[in-house]
Amino acid sequence: MRNATFWALAVVVGLAVLLGTRLFFSNEYFYFAAYVVLQYIVLSTAWNILGGYTGYINFGTGAFFAIGAYSTVVLHKLPDLLHDTWNLTMPGVPMPLMILAGGVIAGIVGLGTGYLSLRLRGVFFAIATLALAIVMQTLIVNWDYVGGSRGIYIIRPAQSPLVGSYIEYLYSLMLMLAVVSVGIARTIERSRLGLGFAAIRDDEQAAEAGGVPTLRLKLIATTLSGALMGMAGAPLPYYVTYLDPGSAFNLAYAVNAVAMPVIGGMTSWIGPVIGAILLGTIQQLATVTISSALNLLIVGLLLILFVIIAPNGIVGLVRAQRRRRAIRLAELAERPAQ
Amino acid sequence: MNAAPILAASGLGKRFGGFVALADIELTVAPGERLGLIGPNGSGKSTLVNCLCGTLRNETGTVTFAGQRIDGLAAHRRTRLGLARSFQLPKPFHTLNLIDNLRVPLLYTVNARADHRLAASDVEARCHELLRQVSLGDKARRLPSDLTQVEMRKLELARAVATRPRLLFADEAMAGLSPSEIKEILAVLFRLNEAGITIVLIEHIMSAVMSFSTRLAVLVAGQKIADGPPPEVVRNPEVERAYLGQ
Amino acid sequence: MVSFDLLVNAIVAGVLLGGFYAAVSVGITISFGMLDIANIAQPAFILLGSYAAYIFNSSFQIDPILVGIVMTPIFFAIGMAVYRLYYYAFEMRGEQAIQGLAFFFGLLFVAEVSLILVFGVDYRFVEAPYIGPSLRFGIFDLPLRMLIPCVVSLGMIGVLQLYLSRSFIGRAILAVSQDSGALQLMAANPTRIKEIAFGISIATCALAGTFLIIIQPVEPSIGRDYIGRIFAICVLGGMTSFPGMVGAAMLVGVAESITATFYGPSWAPAVAFGFLLVVLAVRPAGLAGR
Repeated sequence: MRNATFWALAVVVGLAVLLGTRLFFSNEYFYFAAYVVLQYIVLSTAWNILGGYTGYINFGTGAFFAIGAYSTVVLHKLPDLLHDTWNLTMPGVPMPLMILAGGVIAGIVGLGTGYLSLRLRGVFFAIATLALAIVMQTLIVNWDYVGGSRGIYIIRPAQSPLVGSYIEYLYSLMLMLAVVSVGIARTIERSRLGLGFAAIRDDEQAAEAGGVPTLRLKLIATTLSGALMGMAGAPLPYYVTYLDPGSAFNLAYAVNAVAMPVIGGMTSWIGPVIGAILLGTIQQLATVTISSALNLLIVGLLLILFVIIAPNGIVGLVRAQRRRRAIRLAELAERPAQ
Repeated sequence: MNAAPILAASGLGKRFGGFVALADIELTVAPGERLGLIGPNGSGKSTLVNCLCGTLRNETGTVTFAGQRIDGLAAHRRTRLGLARSFQLPKPFHTLNLIDNLRVPLLYTVNARADHRLAASDVEARCHELLRQVSLGDKARRLPSDLTQVEMRKLELARAVATRPRLLFADEAMAGLSPSEIKEILAVLFRLNEAGITIVLIEHIMSAVMSFSTRLAVLVAGQKIADGPPPEVVRNPEVERAYLGQ
Repeated sequence: MVSFDLLVNAIVAGVLLGGFYAAVSVGITISFGMLDIANIAQPAFILLGSYAAYIFNSSFQIDPILVGIVMTPIFFAIGMAVYRLYYYAFEMRGEQAIQGLAFFFGLLFVAEVSLILVFGVDYRFVEAPYIGPSLRFGIFDLPLRMLIPCVVSLGMIGVLQLYLSRSFIGRAILAVSQDSGALQLMAANPTRIKEIAFGISIATCALAGTFLIIIQPVEPSIGRDYIGRIFAICVLGGMTSFPGMVGAAMLVGVAESITATFYGPSWAPAVAFGFLLVVLAVRPAGLAGR
């Protein structure tokens, strides 16, 4: 399928889902739950660009996600700040712009972290991302302007720019973001960039010897991945209306961003999507029925299980099955007629 | 010296902590020649290749390629300038099929240069051609894990050739192969040299080295102890001493 | 004008803290520095040690350090079992490092959530006669709850250092960190040696966890604060050297203590991580990729 066709199809599917849900679902809770699943599609797709495609594992998803969320908080408070300090009036920043801003800032942080640690072995990058998460959290906890450790209340705008409630608006934005991120992932997969990523993942030294500018490509992957994660986090304050570092940096984001691509399959754009929809939906159901801690425990155990038994995820299992069937068919065809 | 050397290393030195791997290496390679590089295990041959190709950075000395200083450049830049290498232990891209294994260096070197850029449609054709040159044409869609040892070595060489190099380091491409397999690899290397590629052969297998090289350099304990026509070098008493039993 | 008293005591507290940090980091120096296994779940095992001390101390009033010593062989066995699993799942298959990392991350996460489920998020602490009183020498104030773990920790590291340099297995461990091939020539099985070494690295967590809960109350999420610390200390200390690691631990301890004293304790976790990022940026030899 050509890339342009894929994008067109993805947009059509996205619009269809949007219209379909508007027509058939009027329960607000659905939009809450669907928002979370879509958010995870973006997070796991973003993670996979660096993790699955390039082979560099990021444990600090929470940091980039929270950067997006807190940059929204800053922008949300900007009109009041300008008014109180310099008596300027400015309109509230529209949500799409906040998403963009979150993406830009998170992308820059991704670039910086990458620049510091990507010239070393992959394990140091992973540790650096862990360190980044803690550093970010410490900074936010000590920054009273955005609420510090006590958290901050964000009032949702009364009017949504589209028809329907503000939650439906956030849901629509997240849906578009999901479509865009999946489209980006697939485009990369089929491009020269994606081939370079795969070469780095398979054998970085050989890639470098083959002319691939490995550092530059790794920085691109880190920046893009971080930016998408930041964009996924930007609408969060309006979604939850109360934001504190504990929930923004919640370990659930870090572990899900790793588990969903691993379980879904890291080598293709569809893996993170499958993982996100599967695990996301299960968790949404489980949080209501069993405790959220137990539900995270199950995710963690599934991650360990898949990493050991099925490292290529569900997509990998399906492909292996297909290959086995093809080989069996070929063998049958070669056997002389009896 | 008839023409300017294509590769020149001067005063090249490399340490790992307190261990001196290379000391003050002087080496030149004339364009079009077949240089054999030999030495006992641990003598620093691989370190030398790594320093020349950019995988490692030398601490002292300079490296010049086609008149240009390259000792500060990253490995991928040196490859783009025309310096290619194959790896001692083949390092294929194991999730990519053979075509894609060649597509990577092709897209990132040949198509990164201003001249001879290939159109998208020609890239695939060129990959097939490269595979045919090493008799791997019928395995184009296979994965590297399906290949035999000697086929992996040929893939390694094909990947290096895909970059359209002017100089190729063949790093122990024949280790562990049978005599007929060695002949296969040698044939490939001879063909490449006839096509104009300067070749530096790093090898332990003396018969191959002697039949291939127009010049021989010997490395022992990080120092070059001999450099000249193969028959002379082999008779050198120091070389004999270093190679007792080889 | 900085109070001299305060500064001196901050430094002293930092040194004592550093002694404790050394105990926490010695395990990772073995598993990551020597065996090249990035065990990011190390803090989880340390917390396990803390909670083990808590259980036996609160139920049976046993001295926590005694609990730590008794738990050490049990943790050793656990460590060997974990290495077995890691080996069969990853090293043997030659898997990419990414799967090994994901495995340990999963372990870390599962451990933290399990602790939350069993013990809740309340802070737990232990009681012992040396928690509370301090020794005083002039302006120096030495809280016993920091002094004793520091001393025992340095003792433990000293014993380990002796073991590694004198015993056959110890020297085999040092050898395997350099070159597995050479080990096979010694007719020792490298996998077995690595198993023992990894077991030792986890065994240190029993006592390290005890020290942790003596020094401060614990709750499941503080494990994450320690990941950056232990890796920063291991890397700063030169990866394989125990004396280097102890020095690095002291440095980090003092830096954190001074930061906490003059800027507030909420900044302390960022100090070690800041160290780590700086260390990574400056790239001492031995860290370079390829």
